[in-house]
Amino acid sequence: MTESKKFSRIIYHILVCGFGFVMVYPLLWMVMSSFKETNTIFTTAGQLIPEKFVLDNYITGWKGFGKVGFGTFFKNSFFISVVATIGTVLSSSLVAYGFARTKFPGRRILFVAMLLSMMLPAQVLMIPQYLWYQKLGWVGTYLPLIVPYYFATQGFFVYLIMNFIDGIPRELDEAAKIDGCSFYGTFGRIIFPLIVPALITSSIFSFMWRWDDFLSALLYVNESIKYPVSLALKLFCDPGSSSDYGAMFAMATLSVLPAIVIFICLQRYLVEGISTSGLKG
Amino acid sequence: MKSKSLSLKQILNEESVAGAIFTLPFIIGFLLFMIVPMLISLYYSFCDYNILSPPVWAGFKNYIKMFTEDSTFLKSIGVTFYFAFVSVPLRLIFALIVAMILFRTTKMTGFYRAAYYLPSIIGGSVAVSILWKRMFAIDGVFNKLLGYIGLNKDFSWLGNKDTAIWVLIVLAVWQFGSSMLIFLASLKQIPTTLYEAAEVDGANKWSQFWKITLPLLTPTIFFNLVMQMINGFLAFTQSYIITQGKPMNSTLFYTVYMYQQSFEFYNTGYGAALAWVMLAIIALITFVLFATKKFWVYDEGV
Repeated sequence: MTESKKFSRIIYHILVCGFGFVMVYPLLWMVMSSFKETNTIFTTAGQLIPEKFVLDNYITGWKGFGKVGFGTFFKNSFFISVVATIGTVLSSSLVAYGFARTKFPGRRILFVAMLLSMMLPAQVLMIPQYLWYQKLGWVGTYLPLIVPYYFATQGFFVYLIMNFIDGIPRELDEAAKIDGCSFYGTFGRIIFPLIVPALITSSIFSFMWRWDDFLSALLYVNESIKYPVSLALKLFCDPGSSSDYGAMFAMATLSVLPAIVIFICLQRYLVEGISTSGLKG
Repeated sequence: MKSKSLSLKQILNEESVAGAIFTLPFIIGFLLFMIVPMLISLYYSFCDYNILSPPVWAGFKNYIKMFTEDSTFLKSIGVTFYFAFVSVPLRLIFALIVAMILFRTTKMTGFYRAAYYLPSIIGGSVAVSILWKRMFAIDGVFNKLLGYIGLNKDFSWLGNKDTAIWVLIVLAVWQFGSSMLIFLASLKQIPTTLYEAAEVDGANKWSQFWKITLPLLTPTIFFNLVMQMINGFLAFTQSYIITQGKPMNSTLFYTVYMYQQSFEFYNTGYGAALAWVMLAIIALITFVLFATKKFWVYDEGV
């Protein structure tokens, strides 16, 4: 390797690292601030490393608001995200199999409906769904945050799994059929085990989106004991709250922890999901 | 008896029956959670309705009021368009530049990609929104860092009506990770023979980018542009948490205004009308983007 090539390489790495540092700086600042003494966070905002590492913010933050601790909020978030994700993955895989492997009257129209529902943003449905759930008596419960996901209402996942099924040779289905397998048996014994990677990708995305979901929690959950983390964090911003910024940063850090852990452990599935189906900004 | 139960089994295993059964969750979900609510709201959008009292038919009143009396509505459309039309192109340009840089693989590439993608993983969360709010506060880290390079450090970025929207734009651009990954995937699909041929013909890197890379990426850019324009138009959490539309409605996103009308002022009928206008606007944006497609998107002949 020539000198100049070596030199340009070093420059490349310095630039990429430098810019990468700017990219993650806000997050580093949040994490570091959560370990600073709460009254020094803004007096020392320009310094990244705390003068003294303290855990007080985590202890006070974990106590939560009123009588409800952050442990409860985390438990609520986990419950909603896990239960909704199970529904999403199961129903989406059934529907995806139906679209990918069977022909039936109305299939085309249904498929177009699914693509349209993918384009149709949740915010447009915000008011209509609210009125509808109010009629059903679901407001104030977790039902609006869970039940719709058991009906494959997120076309993105159907589409993702469908693409995956299309990659499985049809000869497998035919062999199963000759051996006397019904469509249901083929799905349960042949296809389902083979689409596990797609199901993992879907679960990750679904879990993270449910975890971050703020709007529907804001609309439908109205008792603080039922708050998920996203809604509980907002309480730190409310006027009249104690504005303990240390506690706020500590709990904010904890709230992004699951996503970051998932990202680090399961990066491969995430990257594949994004690059093959190319969705979501 | 036995033959009857067998025939039921056979019916269930008819391809068309099985297909309908597998897609049944979607059929029910689509009707129950999309079509029915949309019809209800279509009806309410033509009514005087405020949750407390029963709806009264009012014809086009809500729609007319929107365009003639409600200056906040027009303001919020302006703000939202500005946000989407500035942040989405900026984000795509950033994503493309970084993808080009990271396309060259070294031992560190995996680590770099992760670092650049990290903000996008958690970008939509409330945690990041409250973080952003504190970063750009008067005593926040942004002003402190500006102070180090000798710039005015007591500026209220969120309190000024010209800069507040930029705080939100920067937050959106910061999350260019998904687009970057999509660009990286499409860059991989460009055959290297094209570049080799261009090299033989004496084209430099710069013209290779403009003549080969960029044209072949236009389908990806187009797809990203459509999806993100829609998402940009729908941004809610950032504006709701960071600025609440302040100051002077300069950051009042359409979705936040819709939320306020429906759930804070209880003008449910009016909110429903706003939702339908939003749908129309999104359809219009999509339509216009598709209409421009043939002028700049490379056609792969599919």
